[in-house]
Amino acid sequence: MSNDILKLTCRELRDSIAKGEVKSSEAVSSVFAQIEKYDVSIGAFLSIFKQDALKRAKEIDGKIAKGKPVGALAGVPIAVKDNMCTTFGTTTCASKILENFRSPYNATVIEKLLAADAVIIGKTNLDEFAMGSSTENSGLKKTVNPWDKSRVPGGSSGGSAAAVAAKMCFAALGSDTGGSIRQPASFCGVAGLKPTYGRVSRYGLVAYGSSLDQIGPLTTDVADNALLLSVISGHDEKDSTSVDEKMAPVYDFSAKIDEPLKKLKIAVVPQLFEGADSEVVNAVKDAIEVYKKLAAEIIEIKMPHFEYAIAAYYLIATAEASSNLARFDGVHYGHRTKNPADYIEVYSKSRNEAFGQEVKRRIMLGTYALSSGYYDAYYLKALKVRNLIRGDFTAAFQKADCIIMPTSPTTAFKIGEKTADPLQMYLSDVYTIAVNLSGVPAISIPCGFDKNNLPVGLQIIASTFQEEKLLRIAKMFENHTDFHKRRPEL
Amino acid sequence: MAEKKIDMQQVRQVAKLSRLALSETEIAQFADQLSAILEYVEKLNQLNTANVEPLAHCLPINNCLREDRIKPSLGTEKTLANAPQKDEQFFLVPKILEEPGGL
Amino acid sequence: MMNVDYKVIVGLEIHVQLATLTKMFCGCELIFAAEPNSRVCPVCLGLPGSLPVMNKQAVEFAILTAGALNCKVAEFTKWDRKSYYYPDLPKNYQISQYDLPIGSNGFIEIPLQDGKIKKIRIRRVHLEEDAGKNIHTESIFSQVDLNRAGTPLLEIVTEPDINIAEEVRLLAVELQRIVRFLGISEADMQKGHMRFEPNVNLHIKKDNAEYKTPITEIKNLNSFKALEKSVAFETKRQLDEFLEDGTVLQSGNKKTFGWDDIREATVLQREKEEAHDYRYFPDPDLVPVVVSRKWLNEINAGLCELPLKMQSRFVTDYGLNDYDAGVLTADKATAMFFDNAVKAGGDAKRVCNLITQTGLKIANEKSCTISELGISPHRLAELAKMVEAGLISATASVTIFEKMMQDKSSPQQIADNLHLLQKSDEGELEKIIDEVITANPQAVEDAKSGGKKSKKAHGFLMGQVMQKTKGTANPQVVAKILNSKLKGS
Repeated sequence: MSNDILKLTCRELRDSIAKGEVKSSEAVSSVFAQIEKYDVSIGAFLSIFKQDALKRAKEIDGKIAKGKPVGALAGVPIAVKDNMCTTFGTTTCASKILENFRSPYNATVIEKLLAADAVIIGKTNLDEFAMGSSTENSGLKKTVNPWDKSRVPGGSSGGSAAAVAAKMCFAALGSDTGGSIRQPASFCGVAGLKPTYGRVSRYGLVAYGSSLDQIGPLTTDVADNALLLSVISGHDEKDSTSVDEKMAPVYDFSAKIDEPLKKLKIAVVPQLFEGADSEVVNAVKDAIEVYKKLAAEIIEIKMPHFEYAIAAYYLIATAEASSNLARFDGVHYGHRTKNPADYIEVYSKSRNEAFGQEVKRRIMLGTYALSSGYYDAYYLKALKVRNLIRGDFTAAFQKADCIIMPTSPTTAFKIGEKTADPLQMYLSDVYTIAVNLSGVPAISIPCGFDKNNLPVGLQIIASTFQEEKLLRIAKMFENHTDFHKRRPEL
Repeated sequence: MAEKKIDMQQVRQVAKLSRLALSETEIAQFADQLSAILEYVEKLNQLNTANVEPLAHCLPINNCLREDRIKPSLGTEKTLANAPQKDEQFFLVPKILEEPGGL
Repeated sequence: MMNVDYKVIVGLEIHVQLATLTKMFCGCELIFAAEPNSRVCPVCLGLPGSLPVMNKQAVEFAILTAGALNCKVAEFTKWDRKSYYYPDLPKNYQISQYDLPIGSNGFIEIPLQDGKIKKIRIRRVHLEEDAGKNIHTESIFSQVDLNRAGTPLLEIVTEPDINIAEEVRLLAVELQRIVRFLGISEADMQKGHMRFEPNVNLHIKKDNAEYKTPITEIKNLNSFKALEKSVAFETKRQLDEFLEDGTVLQSGNKKTFGWDDIREATVLQREKEEAHDYRYFPDPDLVPVVVSRKWLNEINAGLCELPLKMQSRFVTDYGLNDYDAGVLTADKATAMFFDNAVKAGGDAKRVCNLITQTGLKIANEKSCTISELGISPHRLAELAKMVEAGLISATASVTIFEKMMQDKSSPQQIADNLHLLQKSDEGELEKIIDEVITANPQAVEDAKSGGKKSKKAHGFLMGQVMQKTKGTANPQVVAKILNSKLKGS
């Protein structure tokens, strides 16, 4: 019985619950049974809220039984990446420095989920402070890929991606600064969307790279993704960088989702295939063939500044991060070192003890890039290159509706494979990073499997605030393939 | 790699600015790793950006302003709830003997 | 002996706390002496995930002030993060403005003691948020209170155009007057609404060579007096130091001194002030501010006539002396009240006296402004006209003024009710005087005699007239008639 429930999509579950065919408490219990069975070996969750979730599920079931109106996600168990503040449980960012931190406020997206009557069942693991591409940088726990437990789930939203893939929740929220939703979605065979910058409020998302961060959904299919996006989008007066509804109207992104685009023009950047594994290239090329069969026109374009994105990103994101993480100082909240000799040691020892190596590395790099004498050569230069990169996208979207490329040059790599050399890990972000620098939306959906039965991700990129179009293009592919229906054997 | 992009002394300086009490081993390690990364980002100099504006904000929005209206504060208890050290009303830190800023 | 001549060079950095209801980037209430840490929210506490949102009123106050200080108001301005670590700065960076301040290249005119006006150039005006407070205790801990963290501050930096300690104080006083006139700040130095940091050094000519002493920044000044004294003290200290060891200005040898109010001396706080690496960069959480012509005009519609201009106008147009004009323009409410009363027809000097000798005293006792006493400028003008016309005595006008605060009738009506209307009709008074003269021949004799008894007798006769008129006779007119009669016959 519980396994049948777990086979439902978010929408199907939501509809069944609304009709009274299924109870939310059954769905929640099924999910926790799944967690109890499999999360010991997968490690997706940092914290779970079984009692509270069941209580909430009961309340929602009660409301529905009484015929009262309920929200768009009523009764659906959702997981949330642990860098989004919740008043319940802790918000750790997978860091020792916030291991016991309890937020007095909810992130705006959390408020929206709660208003939609979703049931938040737990907080998922991530690379510490969202810095990483494998979740191996988590300071608290290890998460593995449900498809192959000797491999990484991707990062930094590895916990969310693994939880969705292993059906330990019906959907999850992640955050994406350089690919942190799309790449783990690709490694775990699920759909992951990074909305346009400014589409979703960042209030309550612990900041990493403020001009790059966006919260987005991870789901088993595209229509679910559209549903989640509709719930979490919208202007927030508490976030100066969230756009108002004149610029980006919010509506049900899933309303027209099955309407294919006629005369779809897809841009492809041939040079980019050079850096990817052959199996990835083949899967993506096969995907392009699918679109061709759907009467799409494929256009080859160049994006001459694309290859500079990683360099620009690791200066801009780290500069912003070095400043955003300065607040973790052991004074007002978070870990404080024992027996500091003076107030300076409160800072330097607390931070050094509790931050992981990757976080320290990025703080150092960012501080250096902003420091006197280096600002122009590094930070300012990177901002100029960012402008050029955005120009490549603007030019591309004048010729095509979207751009298609792999999400990642490889499928999920082995645990420990890239941890020796930080630069190697950074270079694996080659396909996702430019998107964040330009602020445009992008989605990753499964488009094949390699010989090791590991999922390959297809990345589709659209122009600013074109999420509806983007989701329809992705759905076109899904309606003619069944990669999204495959689940890992746990 | 001929000369390191960033040496141990510079790493110490940056660590001081970042308030990180790195060990000597960490300093040496970071000197190597950061040098490699900085070497890589040199790539940006291949591009001529003389007439390019820096792009700090992706969004074409300005003047996000708020009316001067009072909103409820957290209250002393909630404000101090996560403090590592506190008394009834204040955050506590080891006595500060010098003026702000310092290097 | 050596030939030593020197010039004092002072620039001033001023922080003005804006009189908004809420903080610069969040809706926490700004209130003096609240319970510690009771006006703090996730934003000003710097909790993870919190984000700043600009206070519109603070921005408008800043633009208004920049304009009043004759600055060029930036069409495009933005926010920058200034990084440094300190327990009263929860994010360990301050949101401020670096390279595009909201105002630049302005000036302020200050009235000097000798009546001249000196122009001090303003380099820049920008907005930033204040830090919280560190409180030193007897224990091994310091306490941190974040109520003040996030308060909107206007930072004003002058060029080093000041050359006398006294001018520093005059500049501070004038700036306080201006910001109070504009209504953008309470500017109470004791409450910390205005903080001054002078930067002082000397240009010395010794034996035909020129030298510059290292610049000193002075902190911890809590009054205008301390401001002036500290600059005077520092001038002497720097001269002595130079004559002793010849230290001159070099890059990086700026020092910070604190003012010790008890010892009345500056005390070295930091040796070798290395330039801080604040690592300024544009704040990615805040979008830029574009000041359109329309918005600028809307804001400047609230720009009032500035105090110095008003003061000068009171002297040239109304014939007041400088002192009185200064008293009347010490605050906007009084200045407007006076101006409006004169425009309503009251004689400037009479109105001035009514305000300075009576009105302000009462307002002070009641801790309110003169315009809050319940008397409109128009009614005050009427009262002044009555005094001018001799309908009431100056003494009576005080009584009537006090009554006017509760009683909304016209001053004429009130004077009548209180029987304070003076008789000034000469014909009528002459009759009564004649009666008194006739009835008191001995007193008349004495008064005419010019001797010792004369003054007393004169007073007696005056008293009799006043009695007969129940005190309503205009004493000046009575005296005039009486004297001429005494001389005459």
